Amino acid sequence: MKERSAEDRVTREVVRIPQHFPARRAWWACFAVALLLLGLFFVSVAVLFGHGPGIWGNNVPVSWGFPISNYVWWVGIGHAGTLISAMLLLLGQQWRNSLNRFAEAMTLFAVVCAGLYPILHLGRPWRFYWMAPYFNTMDVWPQFRSPLTWDFFAVLTYLIVSALFWFIGIIPDLASARDRATKRRWKIFFGLGAMGWRGSARHWHRWQQSYRLTAAIAVPLVVSVHSEISLLFASGPIPGWASTVFPPYFVLGAAFSGFAMVAMLAVWLRAMLGLKDLVTPHHLDMLGKLILATGLMTLYGYLAEAWTAAYAGKEELQTLLDRFSGPYSWSYWSAVLLNFVPLQLMWWGTMRRHPLVLFLVGLSAVIGMWLERYMLLVTSLYRDWLESSVGYFHATFWDWSLFAGTLGVFFTAFLLFIRFLPVISAFEIKEQLEEGRHG
Amino acid sequence: MAEHAQPYAVLAEFGTSERLIEAVRRIREQGFTNIDAFTPFPVEGLADALHFRDRKVPVATLLGGIAGGLIGFLMQAGVNLDYPLWIGGRPLIAVPAFIMITFELLVLGAVLAGIGTMFVANRLPRLNHPLFDAEDFRFESDDRFFLAIFADADFDRNEAGKALAALDPRAIIDVPGRPQR
Repeated sequence: MKERSAEDRVTREVVRIPQHFPARRAWWACFAVALLLLGLFFVSVAVLFGHGPGIWGNNVPVSWGFPISNYVWWVGIGHAGTLISAMLLLLGQQWRNSLNRFAEAMTLFAVVCAGLYPILHLGRPWRFYWMAPYFNTMDVWPQFRSPLTWDFFAVLTYLIVSALFWFIGIIPDLASARDRATKRRWKIFFGLGAMGWRGSARHWHRWQQSYRLTAAIAVPLVVSVHSEISLLFASGPIPGWASTVFPPYFVLGAAFSGFAMVAMLAVWLRAMLGLKDLVTPHHLDMLGKLILATGLMTLYGYLAEAWTAAYAGKEELQTLLDRFSGPYSWSYWSAVLLNFVPLQLMWWGTMRRHPLVLFLVGLSAVIGMWLERYMLLVTSLYRDWLESSVGYFHATFWDWSLFAGTLGVFFTAFLLFIRFLPVISAFEIKEQLEEGRHG
Repeated sequence: MAEHAQPYAVLAEFGTSERLIEAVRRIREQGFTNIDAFTPFPVEGLADALHFRDRKVPVATLLGGIAGGLIGFLMQAGVNLDYPLWIGGRPLIAVPAFIMITFELLVLGAVLAGIGTMFVANRLPRLNHPLFDAEDFRFESDDRFFLAIFADADFDRNEAGKALAALDPRAIIDVPGRPQR
């Protein structure tokens, strides 16, 4: 009987959140900030559409600047949600059940932010659909040998697949919420989302097949999407970019920054929504270990990259030295410092289980990985090999405002998600409790 | 009033998934085949007990993946032949450059076909269902597992009720039928 009440508590704890939201005041405070940033996003985009990309700091030779580095950063954050959810599902790591739902939501919104950047970076963003192959009166097609076109397909596929994976995963919990709802408007809201789910054994059978298959496909998809993004860099003959280490280096860095973000969100949600029974110190411990592991792999990427450059010599070596001591060396050393120094705290279990420490290490890694993307991009571009083609990049107000704006897009969507939908996968926790009970 | 209206189904409620699986086995041995079970989470072994085998989703995923990959590759090859861009003597059918999009569309085809088949085969969305009319049938529960015997042509409420009662369920619930349209 004791376990039964545990299961009952899970559903109540998770499903009650939208209808009896525990932290209204904190939520409204966060939401107000998020809305302000969202407003800033719309202002920045309006100014961009009015004046063109000239309002940004990027110009020849640093023609990429913020839009591309932020794009890479956002997609990278997103990848961790899929990895936590899909990879750990396939590996039978049941502790993932407390984290996967909001981690997947994080993926979804991060990919939206990421997808906006390359579109806004186009000189004529309203023609972004030219990237799609469709029959047109101009009789031309996209250039399929260009990484830009690969990008379009990769991000679009990733967005669709993560949205579907998240949606079929949330259907059973929407059905629980529907059946627990007392007010009519909640019944309609959850009822529409649940699509009439009623827990039939046949439905579950097919659902499980499609959920697991999608998970199995999503893991290589993550690897392919971020490898593809690294090829945006690596397939060009630019010193500092044309490196075969880039695909794994980017994928691991993405997982590192994403796990850091998941850890921050976990600590925040746990405190705000009172989910201490569901997101336990054990979960924080596991997240800390994931951050440590992926962080060390990223560190290996740094070393491998430096080694490759030193081995190649000439321009590659020059770019490496520019990174170490050029005008942008601050970004290199801050990235190294923020990514790998606080990370060492994660060797200790007490530190991993301490919410505030985990949060700060996560924050440090997220900022560090942002600096890394900035550094990789700018240090390779600013110094061409003719004196006349050297140019420095300085972010303008509108660069920063658009970046802050995408944070607004992310947090507005994320806050609406935690306000209105079950943030934790209740039915999977129930399944796990049941399995635990019978060994 | 409910006496002469044919019910939609009769449900028996159990407290654990083992008891449900056991009940499914026994009710099948008694010759009831038009049955289903309802659980708050996926239960291992329940589909086997129901003798329910279905490979539509995996097959659709495979076919969708093959179709997506083929379409992805042929699209790129076709476009390059339709409007040849000869740059630097590079081949038009540049297989390494096409791999990325071929793979992405393979994934997209597999996932769309798999999940789409799941919805279609499950006949979802279906927002209104006779089961929802039963007073005590709710999905959200944590420890309530239902076995349903559906009413078909030679359905006898008493016989079904007796068979279910013999399984010692926690409750027996009638799901009212609906007037024929």
